[in-house]
Amino acid sequence: MGELRLMKGNEAIAEAAIRAGCDGYFGYPITPQSEIMEYLMAEKPHERTGMVVLQAESEVASINMLYGGAGTGKMVMTSSSSPGISLMQEGISYMAGAELPAVVVNVVRGGPGLGTIQPSQADYFQAVKGGGHGDYKMLVYAPSSVQEMSDQTKLAFEKAFEYRTPVMILSDGAIGQMMEKVVLFDQVPRRTDEEVIARCPWAATGRPAHRGHNIITSLDLDPAGQEKVNLKLQEKYRRMEQNEVMYEEIMCDDADYLFVAFGLSARICQKALDLARAKGIKVGLFRPITLFPFPTMQISNVGNRVKGILVVEMNAGQMIEDVRLSVGCKIKIEHFGRFGGIIPSPDEVVRALEKQIIGG
Amino acid sequence: MEDQFAKTDIQVPENIVYKRTDLMVDRPLSYCPGCGHGTVHRMLMEVIEEMNIREKTIGVSPVGCSVLAYDFLDVDMLGAAHGRAPALATAIKRMWPNHFVFTYQGDGDLAAIGTAETIHACNRGENITIIFINNGIYGMTGGQMAPTTLAGMRSSTSPYGRDVAMMGHPLKITELIAHLPGVNYVTRQAVHTPNHVRKTKKAIRKAFDIQKENKGLSFIEVVSNCNSGWKMTPVQANKWMEDNMFPFYPLGDIKVDGELVAKS
Repeated sequence: MGELRLMKGNEAIAEAAIRAGCDGYFGYPITPQSEIMEYLMAEKPHERTGMVVLQAESEVASINMLYGGAGTGKMVMTSSSSPGISLMQEGISYMAGAELPAVVVNVVRGGPGLGTIQPSQADYFQAVKGGGHGDYKMLVYAPSSVQEMSDQTKLAFEKAFEYRTPVMILSDGAIGQMMEKVVLFDQVPRRTDEEVIARCPWAATGRPAHRGHNIITSLDLDPAGQEKVNLKLQEKYRRMEQNEVMYEEIMCDDADYLFVAFGLSARICQKALDLARAKGIKVGLFRPITLFPFPTMQISNVGNRVKGILVVEMNAGQMIEDVRLSVGCKIKIEHFGRFGGIIPSPDEVVRALEKQIIGG
Repeated sequence: MEDQFAKTDIQVPENIVYKRTDLMVDRPLSYCPGCGHGTVHRMLMEVIEEMNIREKTIGVSPVGCSVLAYDFLDVDMLGAAHGRAPALATAIKRMWPNHFVFTYQGDGDLAAIGTAETIHACNRGENITIIFINNGIYGMTGGQMAPTTLAGMRSSTSPYGRDVAMMGHPLKITELIAHLPGVNYVTRQAVHTPNHVRKTKKAIRKAFDIQKENKGLSFIEVVSNCNSGWKMTPVQANKWMEDNMFPFYPLGDIKVDGELVAKS
């Protein structure tokens, strides 16, 4: 059993990064996630593990520092919130193309534009459909508790290196700011330079006499070569779809109706589920934990047993497209959402279920 | 006569006066004939070879004509997004503080799209070497106006000459960054004559020595020609460079050992 602490979600991510053996954090302040860098700076991780923490001049610089660190085989992370993540898209695309492992945390706020500093899930499309230019995907985790903020940070680093890919943690302003108890995992030692060189033979670590020079790039001017790069990436994404899907089912076995929700919306739906069941409505909750790869087969299986699905999101209807693609058009699938930083209440979720799905 | 000298008879060590540097990859350069990039590449690799630091060197190439520098420089390299090389180099150096880290960038990359990364890496005094090739034009994309294009100079996007009232003045970013306390050494060189090539190599060596001693950032501008973009022969381009570029971008040291060099 690890150490028990009461922490903000943002702090849990920062502490988890240190404990996961992260080598470098590069970030730029933006609400509602600034506690991540503040916590790291206050913790002096350079003394604890040797981890480097650097405040960059912009999100554009942060993501390219990440590219530099990742290209040398080091374990690196950045975090930001929606407008900052938009600025990072070019760099994320480069990292996907160059197959670099890194963790990018998005503590989502309402948009578009400068939007609001309140929580939102409106960056779903950007996170799971690519976000930047070119055909690429990130592995995307959606934590719904402070505990998962910590656990998924460690998992994200492991998967980033397993697949040589940028991994995103798609959180939101509420989970980032709220305090919950969290069981922290034990410190994983940082890799030594020798271990980095041994584990990442592809990385630019300095060319010794016994191998050719390593080049980190996403450029291949030859279309045949670039197509090969793309095919390799697609093969990697198919492997993720086969092996990395994570989800949670709550009271789905006897359900007549289903909530599908991720992150904070799933927490709200858990309460809505209790309220609905108290009224005699048999509703279950399906919570995708990985948003890419999406639990298509699993939602399809549950979806085929129920009469209707309400997809609850803090956006104008994004994940619902993937739910519809998974389940098809056989049953009613409707979206309920609040946006612009408004968090829906469990009561209004139940009312939406009754009005849009049961009564509709 | 053909049988008199075989190739192997001629290529003996005592006859070799000039050969490819071992740290240059054995493949033809993609640069136009007369361009300065190849010469700077070679000087850089000669320094790394002489210091015997290849195993501890990581380079960053830009977007621009030298985007494929990693195909020619036989050291570990990362290809940066346009303008971001100093951000990459910052992280690389901080992750590998005992390694030698350099960026190799053109004027559009370093002084337009990458201005923020350049200034902030310099201001943090990152212990890296920045090599900045200034030819006053975007070469790779076909000769558009660069931040360093001279007033009145023609390019494909300033076809009647750079009108500073409309397009702004050419940016002396080298003088600008020389004023930042994190920067130890700033110099402006050229590679169009053997004498200038020797001076450039000396400057690169000095920069790597500074890096070895953890003294802060060193910044080497090389004013070079772009005969293709300037629509001149290489000889004309070098003459034009001497007559027009050098008066605005004067050669010589600008900052040494952290102190600005007094103008005589």
